[in-house]
Amino acid sequence: MLLIRCPYCEEDRPEVEFVYGGEAHIARPLDPAALSDQDWEHYLYIRRNPRGRHHERWRHTHGCGRFFNAVRDTVSDRFEQTYKAGEARR
Amino acid sequence: MMRFSGLNLIAQAFSGHQSWPEQWPDKAPKAAYDVIIVGAGGHGLGAAYYLAAKYGVTNVAVIEKGWLGGGNTGRNTTIIRSNYLYDESAHLYDHAVKLWDGLSQELNYNVMYSKRGVLMLAHNVHDIQSFKRHIHANRLNGVDNEWLSPEECQAYCPPLDISPNARHPVLGGALQRRGGTARHDSVAWGYARKATALGVDIIQNCAVTGIRRGADGAVLGVETERGFIGAKKIGVSAAGNTSVVMNMAGLEFPLESYPLQALVSEPVKPIFPCVVMSNTVHAYISQSDKGELVIGAGTDQYTSYSQRGALHIIEHTLAAICEIFPIFTRMRMLRTWGGIVDVTPDRSPILGKTPVPGLYVNCGWGTGGFKATPGAADLLAHTIAHDAPHAINAPFNLDRFRNGRLIDEAAAAAVAH
Repeated sequence: MLLIRCPYCEEDRPEVEFVYGGEAHIARPLDPAALSDQDWEHYLYIRRNPRGRHHERWRHTHGCGRFFNAVRDTVSDRFEQTYKAGEARR
Repeated sequence: MMRFSGLNLIAQAFSGHQSWPEQWPDKAPKAAYDVIIVGAGGHGLGAAYYLAAKYGVTNVAVIEKGWLGGGNTGRNTTIIRSNYLYDESAHLYDHAVKLWDGLSQELNYNVMYSKRGVLMLAHNVHDIQSFKRHIHANRLNGVDNEWLSPEECQAYCPPLDISPNARHPVLGGALQRRGGTARHDSVAWGYARKATALGVDIIQNCAVTGIRRGADGAVLGVETERGFIGAKKIGVSAAGNTSVVMNMAGLEFPLESYPLQALVSEPVKPIFPCVVMSNTVHAYISQSDKGELVIGAGTDQYTSYSQRGALHIIEHTLAAICEIFPIFTRMRMLRTWGGIVDVTPDRSPILGKTPVPGLYVNCGWGTGGFKATPGAADLLAHTIAHDAPHAINAPFNLDRFRNGRLIDEAAAAAVAH
């Protein structure tokens, strides 16, 4: 089980307190009507799925309840860092 | 290739079984092949076999970064069934079940396909309605599936607790009698042996590090740890690592790779005659011919390539198993392990051509690729040989994520499967 540091609570907590929220920094389209089919495909379905450094969202559901971002290595599952939602990609 | 037979077994006994020939020699790569398959699991080895045996392409190499059958082929729970809701899926998975039928004879290798039946339990009214819909849809597609009352379920699977006081009461079940299990390693070994006999080279411990493309965009071959190997056609059958291989060709795929765990108990005498699945509480269980209970867990919540998962997932699965089968509460578990499964947004595979000329893909089988092994292998071989998909795999194209014609088995099953 992963130990995850919530950047709001500033504590290392077990994975069962959190819910995974998928790849981070996927921007919601500002003008949906202007999007082509290819843009929609990219926004809805295409994922980087990297072997290595992965930016991802987590939610501290059974804690403060807030979303935050994390950088994790997908081969070792080790967290590099977590940071608050809205902060720049690291 | 020495044919396996009773006579050969007796003959070899005279030399103390010391002179059996090597089943598939490890080959050094040639400079170029007609077709290269990336990934020597059941799907990839099978594709090489069908290319050689059925479609007349024998100058084929299968390149594998680890060892043969060491990925998800060796890590699954060996369940075979084809009771999928949508027409496209029913045709796809039943194509595989039909090929499983004659596979041992065709390969001269016992893959131990056992039609012991797959029983899916209904625990609530929604399950009953959903399963009956599946049964009707399956039968319209020529796929066997039948409804059993709770008493019939218990007669078919005696360890089942059908008392109304059970934590998850059994209100009935859907039974596919042609479903069952097979010996997973044998499938990889059988395909490897027969493909090698037909001229296919299997190159293990040789990771693909790049895909070389020409000025027109078409593939020229693969860069590997043992140098460049040329090929006009490349079939990628790399399961959890598909995104990584596709990135080498400049493609991004609608895939995410998750750990999926399974476990086995200590071996016991025959007690469990079939495969039982419960989608609602997410548990599935069967007994191997060695005597171990084989239990499948769910995926972990996060993407990973680590080939291992968290213990609380196993705990959750075993809790469900013990609620449905109190008889197993004191069984000891021997081993757990994890594989990396590539999951698509609609939980249906991607099997066909890619935007890169000469590059073909078989991926996205998620948590249920083993059952499809012969079918997927045959269809990948067909697609490569004809440079066009077969009618069965045509709907499972990559374009569906752009044009919206998804095959949404995730919604149909309401569970990863």
